Amino acid sequence: MFKLKCDDFLIYDEATGTYSMSPEQQVRDETERNKWKNTGFTILKDWRLYAMLIPMILVYLLWKYLPMYELMGCFKDPNTGVKGHVNTYYWNGLRYFQMLFTDGNLSPEFWRAFRNTFITAFYGLLFGFPMPIILALFFNEVRSNVARSIMQVCVYLPKFLSTVIVTSLVLILFRNSTNNQTPGVVSKVFGWFGADQTAINQGLVFSTKYYRAIYIISDLWEHAGYDSIVFFAAVIAVSPTSYEAAQIDGAGKMAQMRYVVIPSILSTVIIMLIMKIGGLLSVGYEKIFLLLGQGNGEGAGSNYEVAHVVSTFANDLSDTEFKAVGTAAEMLNNLIGMILVIGSNSIARKASDVSLY
Amino acid sequence: MKRKTEVSELIFKIIAYFILILFSLMCVYPLIYALSAAFSSADAVDGGKVILWPVDVQGSAFKHVLTDNRFWINYSNTLFVTFFGTVWSLGYSILGAYALSKKRLLGRHGFNFFLVFTMWFSAGIIPQYMNYMQTSQVFTSIGITDLKWTIVIAMGMNATNIILLRNSFEGVPSEIEEAARIDGATELQVLTKVYIPMSKATIATVALFFGISRWNGYFWAYKVIPGGEQGQEYSWPVQVYIRDFLNTYTQITGSSAGDNKWSPDYTYSATSVLYAMVVCAVIPILAIYPFIQKYFAKGVNMGGVKE
Repeated sequence: MFKLKCDDFLIYDEATGTYSMSPEQQVRDETERNKWKNTGFTILKDWRLYAMLIPMILVYLLWKYLPMYELMGCFKDPNTGVKGHVNTYYWNGLRYFQMLFTDGNLSPEFWRAFRNTFITAFYGLLFGFPMPIILALFFNEVRSNVARSIMQVCVYLPKFLSTVIVTSLVLILFRNSTNNQTPGVVSKVFGWFGADQTAINQGLVFSTKYYRAIYIISDLWEHAGYDSIVFFAAVIAVSPTSYEAAQIDGAGKMAQMRYVVIPSILSTVIIMLIMKIGGLLSVGYEKIFLLLGQGNGEGAGSNYEVAHVVSTFANDLSDTEFKAVGTAAEMLNNLIGMILVIGSNSIARKASDVSLY
Repeated sequence: MKRKTEVSELIFKIIAYFILILFSLMCVYPLIYALSAAFSSADAVDGGKVILWPVDVQGSAFKHVLTDNRFWINYSNTLFVTFFGTVWSLGYSILGAYALSKKRLLGRHGFNFFLVFTMWFSAGIIPQYMNYMQTSQVFTSIGITDLKWTIVIAMGMNATNIILLRNSFEGVPSEIEEAARIDGATELQVLTKVYIPMSKATIATVALFFGISRWNGYFWAYKVIPGGEQGQEYSWPVQVYIRDFLNTYTQITGSSAGDNKWSPDYTYSATSVLYAMVVCAVIPILAIYPFIQKYFAKGVNMGGVKE
C-alpha cells in the first residue's frame, strides 16, 4: 500500500530494498524552488511584450485612475493641508454626504437630480431598448436588398452626428417664439397631438411637461437605428431550415416570429440588456447639459425641474466651494451604476449561461 | 385557415414598411431642414416658412461662414485633434491589445480587469475636470502651451475599443506567428507584419470609432478651454465654436430676453448661419460615411465583449 501511494515520487530499489527520489520529482522540486526566479526570467525574456503594455497602462493610470484617487477629496476638508494635494488634507468624515441629505439648499436639488436621473434612465430603457429590436424584425421583412440598404443608411446616420449638432437641431426644431421668430417647425406636430400653445411658444424643450418626451424621441432618433445592427445580424443568422420546419408544422408568420425568431435572438437581447442596464445611470450628460436652458433671460433654467441630472448637478458645483458635495453626489450615482451592472451580469449568468464579463 | 394567416402576414408587412419608411424619413428630415434653412432668407427661416425646401434661395449665410476666420481656425483645430488624437489613441491601443491577447502574458486577467473596471466605474465630472486642469498645467510647465495637446493626449480613452482589438488579435492563428518567429521576426515585427495586416478590418473600425468621437468631442474641450481669455478661443475645436455661436447669436437657448447682437441689416438669419456651420461640420463625416458603413456594421457585431 505504502509503495503504491508514493509511487510517483519515490523509486523502490528491489536489490537494496531502499527508496530513492525519482528524477522527475527532483526536476519538479527544482522548479518549485526556482519559481520566482523563473518568473523573473520569463518576464525578462518577454520584456518587449510588457513594454508594449506600458503606454496604455500609463494613460489609464493618469487619466482614469488618478481621478478616482481624487475621490478621496469628498471625505476630506479642502481648506486644510497643502492646496491641490488631496493626500495632505485632513479627514472630514461623511460631512459632505450628510450635507447632501440634510442641507437646506443642496439636498432638495440633489434629490431632484437623483430622481431625474432614474426617471430619464428608466424611460430610456423602456422605449430605447425595444425600438432597435422592432426595427431589426421589420428590416427582416423587407425583401428588396436595395430598399433595405437605403433605409439602413438613413437610420444609422444620426449616430455619427455630434451632440452639439444634435442638440442644435433639437433646439431649433422645437424653438421658442420671440418677437421676430415663430415656434419651431416640429412643434406643430406636437400641436396636432394636443400640446398647448403656451408651451409651444415657450419652446417645447424648455417646458417641464414636454421636455422628457423630446429627450426620449431625440435619443431614439440618435441611437435606435444604429443599435438595431446587432439585432439585425442575429435575426438574419437564423437558419432558413428553421423557418421551413416551422412552416411544415403549419406556423404562420406570427407563429414563426414567436417560436423561431425570438428564441434565436434571445441571447443577443440579454447581452444587450445587460449592457444597457450597466450604462443606465451614466445618462448622456453632455446632451442634457446642452439641452438645459442657458443664458440669463427669463426662460433660462425653466426645464431644470425635469432635466437636471446628477452629472449636471455636479457640473454646476464644479467651480464653487461645494465641489466636494458634487463629487460625493456623483460618486454615489456611479457606485449604484456599478452595482447595477455587476448585479445584472451575475443574474444573467445564473439564469441563462449568457454573460458579458 | 390558410387565408387568415395570409391576411395577418400582409398586415404585418404593411406595418413594417410603414414604420420603417416613417422612421427613415424622420432620421434624415432634420438634416434636410438644416440644409434648406441654410439657403433661405431671414424672413423665411424666422417666420417658419421653411418646411422642407429652401424658400427665397440665397447663399449669403454660407458666404458669412466662408469669410468667418475664426470658424476655419477652429475647424483646422478639429482636424488637428482628430488626426493626432486618432493616431495616439490607436497607437497605444494596438500595442496594449496585442500584449493582452497573448496567453503567456503574466497577470493577463489583472490587466484585463484594470481596463474593464473603467467601463464600470468612473470618477465623475469634478475629479476628472480637476485632473484635466492639472494636466494642462503640467503640460504648460514643460513647455507645451497649446491646450490642444491636452485634448489629444489626455482624452478619448475607450476600453471597449481595446477589447475589440484584443479579440481580433486573439483570432489570428498562432501557426502564422510561429512561422514568422522561426524566420527570425522580433515581437514588433510579428505585430506589424502579421497581426496588423491580418486584422485590418477591425483596426479600420476602431480607428473610425476613435476618429468620430474625436471629431464630435465637445464637453471636455469646452471645460478645459473655457475661452474668454485672450486668444483662447483660437484653440477651440469647431464644435465648441458652433455651440458658442448658438448661445451668442440665436434666440433659441431658452433665454427669450433678446440677444440682439445679430445685426438687423443682414438679409439672412443667425439660424441660417448656424445651419451653414452645421453643414460644414457634418460634410467630412458624410463624405466618408458610404465607405465606412460596411466596416462599422462588422465592427459592432464583433463587439461581443468577453473576458
